[in-house]
Amino acid sequence: MAHPVLDLTGRRNRGEAAFGGLARFAGILVLIVLSLIALVMTTRAWPALTSGNFFTTKRWSVPDEVFGSLAFVFGTIVSATVAICLAVPISIGIALFVTQVSPGWLKKPIVYSVDLLATVPSVVFGFWGISVLAPKIMGFYESVHDLTSGIPGLRSLFGQPNGRSMFTAGIILAIMITPIVSSLSREVISTCPQGDREGALALGATRWEMIRAVVIPHSSGGLVGAVMLGLGRAMGETIAATLVIGSSAQITANLFGAGNSMPAVIASEWGEALGQHRSALTALAVTLFALTIIVNVLATSIVSRSRRRAQGTI
Amino acid sequence: MLLGGHLTSISSLLERTNPTGVILRSYRRYLSMTTALILGVSTVGCGGGDSTDSNSAATTVGGAATTAAKTAELAAATLNGSGATFPKAFYEEAVAAFKAKNKAVTINYGGGGSGKGRTDLASQVVDWAGSDAIVKEADKTSYKGGAFLYFPTVVAPINVVFNAPGVDKLNLSPTLIAKIFQVEITKWNDPAILAENAGAKLPDSPIVVAHRSDGSGTTENFTKFLDSAVGSKGDGTWKLKSGSTVEWASSTQAAEGNGGLSKFVKDTVGSISYVDFSDAKVAGLKAASIKNQAGKYIAPSLEGASAAADGAEIAADLTYFAGWAKGDAAYPIAAQTWILVYKSQTDKAKGKAIKGFLEYMYGDGQKLAKEIDFAPLSPSLLAKAQAQLAMIEIPA
Repeated sequence: MAHPVLDLTGRRNRGEAAFGGLARFAGILVLIVLSLIALVMTTRAWPALTSGNFFTTKRWSVPDEVFGSLAFVFGTIVSATVAICLAVPISIGIALFVTQVSPGWLKKPIVYSVDLLATVPSVVFGFWGISVLAPKIMGFYESVHDLTSGIPGLRSLFGQPNGRSMFTAGIILAIMITPIVSSLSREVISTCPQGDREGALALGATRWEMIRAVVIPHSSGGLVGAVMLGLGRAMGETIAATLVIGSSAQITANLFGAGNSMPAVIASEWGEALGQHRSALTALAVTLFALTIIVNVLATSIVSRSRRRAQGTI
Repeated sequence: MLLGGHLTSISSLLERTNPTGVILRSYRRYLSMTTALILGVSTVGCGGGDSTDSNSAATTVGGAATTAAKTAELAAATLNGSGATFPKAFYEEAVAAFKAKNKAVTINYGGGGSGKGRTDLASQVVDWAGSDAIVKEADKTSYKGGAFLYFPTVVAPINVVFNAPGVDKLNLSPTLIAKIFQVEITKWNDPAILAENAGAKLPDSPIVVAHRSDGSGTTENFTKFLDSAVGSKGDGTWKLKSGSTVEWASSTQAAEGNGGLSKFVKDTVGSISYVDFSDAKVAGLKAASIKNQAGKYIAPSLEGASAAADGAEIAADLTYFAGWAKGDAAYPIAAQTWILVYKSQTDKAKGKAIKGFLEYMYGDGQKLAKEIDFAPLSPSLLAKAQAQLAMIEIPA
């Protein structure tokens, strides 16, 4: 018997066609679902989006049906930024320690316990936040408030403290995004070519000089991407933020003041919302959706650009 | 969805940065661990729910059995409901007791908030809805099943709870409450508070005002009381109007749910807030006596709430507001709640089951209410509600 002819065109191969079709369907399905979600949400949000004040006022009044998103957009960005400022140095520190400094036997326990943080449900962090962190941290806030009360810029940044505040939410969010940011940073850093690092050491660089001159420049793009993904997660986090952020629709420079974030408002007000209120909450969801997409797209493009650059230098 | 989304983005990033996919695999492991954890928790949750249901059924079987002989058991039907969380504890008990009598009927109540209940009923996702507030005239056209009826079920006081060191008794008028919750009075020993509490030793400390962080029927009824007594319908002292959430001053504190708010007040010296009667009782919080329309200071009680329902003005469709009602014994901050059902039922078995359940509510259900800290309807309102049962149209 002759060997079966291998059909390289794949046209007459049923298995090939079926698999191709399935893969194509799955790929397109994601796009369809995503655009349907966007379409339905935007339609539902339309009355609020076109009310004229959704993007222009910070006032959120259910009795008067005035729904402005500014205070919540502000609270979302501020709490996420606090989270990034706290989480990034620690996460990159963990990543550098694990990849460059730590002895081999210590690596696994550290990596494992940091990654374990990612498996803790967010509501647990939220409850820990309101029952332990928020009451206990008041003393720290008060001393910072007293210390900075004479310094013009910092005075408004660290104003009258509140246990449930944007800063507390930032701390909780920081703990929640540390595993992701540190895992990604670790991966990015470990792609740094061994030859480059050894070359730097051979030239007489100390470990810190090697990290600064070789590791950081090589992985800076990837690190930015990791931070952006952490930012995306911090902005979308709902339950933990709902519990500790203080639920107040205000725009204030005071990081120790109560605020509110978009996902928190949606979660806490949806059940009792009707009509225009419901539409305004959907509009918040659309805004959050757009904001996370922007952050993720930026992150992906930065990462891929840095990857191209890294490949070019090798 | 968010978790999934992030994992996808992480995976895609990792596929690019790390072709070996070591981390990717470990993340998948964590994902499955998390999923297992969530599933485990929810199974435990369901188990717990079931066991309490069967317990309550068992305890109420005796009471139900005496009336079981009077009416024939209803045909098999499943009624789904959603809505107000305020009467949820009562509805769950009532459903369990009703089910003991009518084994073929299954009634579910999902809670989720009055807004959700009304939206679900309007789009015919559920057969009945619980709501603490009435439907706006403009929204009535969105109800796919046509005209619907309001059936009042229970009333409950909303307590003004406080945690002030050395203070056990506190008298508050609506004007004082309005000023305190608008942060116009900020100290416990303010002369205005002292004027209504002659001889009381009030501390020289700041008042911490706490409110609900989530949208809530309790907030709606509390602010509606203030709006009726001293707001837009009164002398205008209360300026925040009324709604499921209002524009609280930024110096106030917020906590989630009646339970969260009770805990906050318990833990925070100098705080004042409003929570429903049963949660305040469970948490052991001190409650203020409130000055009613007749000028008397009334402590929150189930009798006071029933008296309020008796003194309220009841419209032809049985909508009313139990707060700020007339009568010497009426406690002025009371919340009412209704079950909403469509007037023309389309399914015979379901229609009969709904009617049967409401009949139970107005019979043994009213006695059951008191046991779990809800006030029964006043006799006059109960008679009107029972008369309205005849308006439910059931296909032959």
